[in-house]
Amino acid sequence: MTANHLLSLSIWVPILAGVLVLALGRDSQPGGTRVLALVGAVLGFLVTVPLYTGFVNSSPAMQFEELARWIPAFNITYHLGVDGISLWFVLLNSFMTILVVVAGWIVIEKRQAQYMAAFLIMSGLINGVFVSLDAILFYVFFEAMLIPMYLIIGVWGGPRRVYASIKFFLYTLLGSLLMLAAFIYLYFEAGGSFDILKFQAVALPLSVQILIFVAFFMSFAVKVPMWPVHTWLPDAHVEAPTGGSVILAAITLKIGAYGFLRFNLPITPDASHALSGIMITLSLIAVVYIGLVALVQQDMKKLVAYSSISHMGFVTLGIFMFNPLGLEGSLLQMISHGFVSGAMFLCIGVLYDRMHTRQIADYGGVANTMPKFAAFMMLFAMANAGLPGTSGFIGEFIVTLSAVQVNFWYAALAATTLILGAAYTLWMVKRVVFGEVTNAHVAALKDITSREFLFLIILALLVLGMGLYPKLFSEPMHASVLQLLEQASTPKF
Amino acid sequence: MSVPSLYLLVPLAPLVGALLAGLFGKSLGKAGSHTVTILGVAISFVTSLWIAQDVFAGHSFNGTVYQWLTMGDSSVFVVGFLIDPLTVTMMLVVTFVSLMVHIYTIGYMHDDAGYQRFFSYISLFTFSMLMLVMANNFVQLFFGWEAVGLVSYLLIGFWFTRPTAIYANLKAFLVNRVGDLGFLLGIGLIQAHFGSLDYATVFQQAPDFAQDTLNLWGGTPLSLITVICVMLFIGAMGKSAQMPLHVWLPDSMEGPTPISALIHAATMVTAGIFMVSRMSPLFELSPTARSIILVIGACTALFMAFMGLIQNDIKRVVAYSTLSQLGYMTVALGASAYPIAIFHLGTHAFFKALLFLGAGSVIHAMHHEQDMRKMGGLRRYMPITYVTALIGSLALAGIPPFAGFFSKDAIIEAVRASDLPGAGFASFAVLVGVFVTAFYSFRMLFMTFHGKPRMDHHTLEHLHESPLVITLPLILLAIPSVVTGWLFIGPMVMGDYFGDAITLLPGTSAIPEMRESWHGVGQFISMGVQSLPFWLAISGIALAALFYLKWTEIPARIAREASPFYTLLDNKYYFDRFNEIFFAAGSRCLGSGLWKVGDMVMIDGWVVNGAANLVGRFSERLRRVQTGYIYHYAFGMIFGVFFLMSLWFIKA
Repeated sequence: MTANHLLSLSIWVPILAGVLVLALGRDSQPGGTRVLALVGAVLGFLVTVPLYTGFVNSSPAMQFEELARWIPAFNITYHLGVDGISLWFVLLNSFMTILVVVAGWIVIEKRQAQYMAAFLIMSGLINGVFVSLDAILFYVFFEAMLIPMYLIIGVWGGPRRVYASIKFFLYTLLGSLLMLAAFIYLYFEAGGSFDILKFQAVALPLSVQILIFVAFFMSFAVKVPMWPVHTWLPDAHVEAPTGGSVILAAITLKIGAYGFLRFNLPITPDASHALSGIMITLSLIAVVYIGLVALVQQDMKKLVAYSSISHMGFVTLGIFMFNPLGLEGSLLQMISHGFVSGAMFLCIGVLYDRMHTRQIADYGGVANTMPKFAAFMMLFAMANAGLPGTSGFIGEFIVTLSAVQVNFWYAALAATTLILGAAYTLWMVKRVVFGEVTNAHVAALKDITSREFLFLIILALLVLGMGLYPKLFSEPMHASVLQLLEQASTPKF
Repeated sequence: MSVPSLYLLVPLAPLVGALLAGLFGKSLGKAGSHTVTILGVAISFVTSLWIAQDVFAGHSFNGTVYQWLTMGDSSVFVVGFLIDPLTVTMMLVVTFVSLMVHIYTIGYMHDDAGYQRFFSYISLFTFSMLMLVMANNFVQLFFGWEAVGLVSYLLIGFWFTRPTAIYANLKAFLVNRVGDLGFLLGIGLIQAHFGSLDYATVFQQAPDFAQDTLNLWGGTPLSLITVICVMLFIGAMGKSAQMPLHVWLPDSMEGPTPISALIHAATMVTAGIFMVSRMSPLFELSPTARSIILVIGACTALFMAFMGLIQNDIKRVVAYSTLSQLGYMTVALGASAYPIAIFHLGTHAFFKALLFLGAGSVIHAMHHEQDMRKMGGLRRYMPITYVTALIGSLALAGIPPFAGFFSKDAIIEAVRASDLPGAGFASFAVLVGVFVTAFYSFRMLFMTFHGKPRMDHHTLEHLHESPLVITLPLILLAIPSVVTGWLFIGPMVMGDYFGDAITLLPGTSAIPEMRESWHGVGQFISMGVQSLPFWLAISGIALAALFYLKWTEIPARIAREASPFYTLLDNKYYFDRFNEIFFAAGSRCLGSGLWKVGDMVMIDGWVVNGAANLVGRFSERLRRVQTGYIYHYAFGMIFGVFFLMSLWFIKA
């Protein structure tokens, strides 16, 4: 029976664990709270593992489907399912939650139970986003997920947390209202059903498709974020606590791209083609413009935040290439970016916990006092710069290959990230890690603890493992990606 | 076809060594670390020897190790090996020089705090380089390509507290990435048009694509193969430091000397030469691309040789000499003389590694002094270093019977026969280069080892020959610097050494004619000593002897008299200045502008916060309506009723 409810478990186990932590955890006994949170996170991940082991690679269909009536009056259902496109996001999200719990272990001093609970609950809600096959269910998770993130930034954030959290909230809310309108329109067109798979079968004239595309675009482009609706992200990252940044970069950004894949491409294929020029342009602007902006950042977190936007440019570029390499490249890029950006933010967190500053200028020569940390930082920086052998290479490489198939100049512009990505990442590393010890604070730094070593080594192994054997990650995608491309290239009118 | 485990052993043995020394260096200790890494590389070298005899017995190999990545459109990217004469030649050069450098490092780095880390890096480099040369497909080639770049970055910045070192390594990485941009696009074009990144598949199809065109700009169709070749060559320009992407190599001398020998002279920088030779089935189809290669190589060969004339830092002389020699190899590629390019790559690897390690031996004895003006007369104190450096210099200058003579003469001959556009200039450049090369290499030799000692008293007192771990590699490198020329010119250039590994189309190169007129080593030498290049080299050496042994005041006078030329050289043709202002500062400026104007003022200021302010201001006005006074509300009500009633009446 559990095999049929794995997806429900992946949603509700972390949420229940979060509720338990809220109910039982006390600030006076942080030890128990943490252990409870960790157990919840690990359980939350363990229930998703059978999704991978039991996944049938050859099938493009939804797997592990669950269907129950929820609000019969409007034919709203509790419909879950996972395919080759959403599979990795569920695993990635559940896995990163464990790391976030470990990363927040002793660092968070105030309201620890609430902090841990917020992450656990958010983890369940995000899984809900990825596996919902009912538009309203999707919408509920999509919106509910904002609340814990809003609280994480607003409560445990930095000095400008209120500005950042409101900016984050309004930005993301704005788009999603239009998406809801599109859902309601599609509900009527689909003969009174909110089933996403039924939405995909609805025939629509191009003008309507364009309106629906734009409505979805408003919602998802903000999430990705695509230029020019990206300015909430650097602010949110700078103010968010380390764990918040990790989840924000590693997981929530992917929801936007996932949305394009699940809604825009199959529901509005003709509009997707018609508007692909704009999407490609915005993606390339993200790669080049944001790459240049990242170069001049003074704050490490802002730098990595901008670098995330630039890397996500590859994701959206790959999606609108409409070829298998582009789509799979963009999925691989997202998985890798989950590891790498998560690791980069954790590294910055390690430094921040010691020095309480994120300004690059306050550092220098960290390698002298923290050699182990420096080795990790170097590895993740290289992954961020897309070095072959690390996971960071694969997505960019494959998307570039796919772009050459479409237009040489798209690829040429995208490939500037080889230079820009290396420039902004390694220049930061040079100023932070290398050189003589610049001040007494750096001289007093202690190298990473075994807890920090633990989460860094896990990510390091993942980054290298994926870099050396990405086939493991790409195999489950093929069938679903090919089906999606089929849908995206079948005119609907 | 399964992969014989012997092939796997070659790259994996150094990798294991690198991992052991890198991860467990502390517990292994210094001796433990150098033992495991040297053992790894030694295994790799011996295995390569065995594989070489196997290959020349006719057993080439092309097979997959494992599927790296599969895609939905059933394209497959693999890790796999292609073992043929070209590969084993590179494997032998790489593992032999690497082994020498490993041994040498024991002496050179013995009191360095990062001893274990250094051994780990150079073994990691050996692994990466082997993956590069053994690849049977473009993805793995690119992996090795970038991985050697990574290790080069780590090693240039090995002394990471030195500002110059961490500046140089960032610069090296970024300039290489400019080349890689082209390289990646070339690979992308191959994948897009050939549908595969497997060498054999691509090479087999290449002739079918010879007439295909590509529209890149406006309506002018370009030859597809030419575009691909130029893109690939841009990658080679980065790695093999061809103008204008050469700027990183002189600065890379900030790294410890052993790696200058291994990475920045003998092996990594020749990756571009190897790559173009490997791609000969493609490059042979594009005379345009080869013409570009010829001109760029010739520029590098000549202009970088001039740079060697004015350097006072002993390592920088060798560095510019490397640049110039890489230019020679590139010229050979342009002239379709791939076997000669590889031949020169091999001889150069030995004598240039020898010269670098010799320079290192001097620097070591001089307590890390690199300025030749503070040296002199060292031959009495360091006889082994002197003799080996002399051998290296003779080989570099192209004096028979040393190795460089054969490979350089062959290049000059091949270029002379080329009829591509630019061949005339290339021919002139390589000839002038011979004179300049002989001059600067003996200038270095004379300034360092001859004349009166110019170092301070303390250094002079402590001068002594380097220990055996340093001199042994010098001797072992001196031997091939003498013998490889006449041993290998016969089979490698004139014979069928490379078999199918290198494609030569009829009429593209002078090699067939050279083969016809080949009558053995003796005749090659006797022809050589009667020809212009030999006498140019001799006069270069003679002039250096006059200037630096006899009339030592002349060089300074020349520098004064020819000051515009001297200033140009002193500023390295202004490449660095231009890059710093145009690219480095330019992109920072652009980034700042986009950030402050685009993000902060326009998007956040006008749109995001502008919208918020608009709502705020509107609400501010609206708020004033709610005053809280009853008579205001009463007025509003009465006015409203009046207004509605009037409307009603008017309508009625």
